[in-house]
Amino acid sequence: MGLIRNLKHSISRAVSTLFSEENPKRIGIYGPPNAGKTTLANRIARDWTGDAVGPESHIPHETRRARRKEDIEIERDGATVNIDIVDTPGVTTKVDYEEFLDHDMEKDDAVRRSREATEGVAEAMHWLREDVDGVIYVLDSSTDPFTQVNTMLIGIIESQDLPVLILANKTDLEESSVQRIRNAFPQHETIPLSALEGDNMDEVYDKIAEYFG
Amino acid sequence: MAEAKPQDGVQIDLISGERMEGMTSMEKIRMILDGVRDGNIVILEEGLSPDEESRLIEVTMTEISPDEFNGIEIETYPRSETADASFLDRLMGTESTKKLTVIGPANQIETLHKDENLISALVSRK
Repeated sequence: MGLIRNLKHSISRAVSTLFSEENPKRIGIYGPPNAGKTTLANRIARDWTGDAVGPESHIPHETRRARRKEDIEIERDGATVNIDIVDTPGVTTKVDYEEFLDHDMEKDDAVRRSREATEGVAEAMHWLREDVDGVIYVLDSSTDPFTQVNTMLIGIIESQDLPVLILANKTDLEESSVQRIRNAFPQHETIPLSALEGDNMDEVYDKIAEYFG
Repeated sequence: MAEAKPQDGVQIDLISGERMEGMTSMEKIRMILDGVRDGNIVILEEGLSPDEESRLIEVTMTEISPDEFNGIEIETYPRSETADASFLDRLMGTESTKKLTVIGPANQIETLHKDENLISALVSRK
């Protein structure tokens, strides 16, 4: 079973690579809630298209639907890389509507938001298995990266043989530790940035071109 | 698997790798979620594959219901054996996914500490 499944998977990836000239690669922006995924997606979209992808917020699960921004042309060293970015809801294994009550929300709104959040996470997992060609994994460098969600998601991405770029976001915060993220995932390259301040975006774009071009 | 249990206790189901061997992915996920939704702590001797973990998250999300089920807490040791598997192993689907995995209701289990060789968790009654 494993051989057939993996061969099917390899063939479908090879076919999509063959047509990569015509079809921009779909790059999923994944990570836990509040890592700054939408801030990054907006930064990339604004830098290269002038438009934003979606609203940013400090309230967890602000993004509750995967949002795609198509045909982003990133120019590096005279060459152009075409990608679609997919901003996904933060992945978690639990959603408690009572957490939203702490953000001055009425119960009805909190319940609705939690229901949308669960649907969004399920959708994000589906995109990861079926519909993305590469992953930008965003982590908040001021928090502990050794969480189960991070361990599982990186394992899932590796098992799909998807190229993954790990971004250590929020380097503008005093508690930021990029080394802690490098230590957590030594098998992958980690690029520091502040998506909010726009710090180190040149290196981020260089790496996007290198990994997904 | 649910048996009569004392009202003031927490049931722990330790599932052997052998028992999981003949089950499909959805059977495993159903067994885990049925146990966890009954308030049990489920410990898998050999864990789940990355694809099964992905589906477990997805199915868990579809079952979350306000005031009834908030989701799961899941812990495995933070090592990624898939990263160590050879290309041939991956091609043949034989990469090792054996890793002790603890799963419980999110409102009853809290991880106190986790490192490469120790998971310490606090389990409370409903």
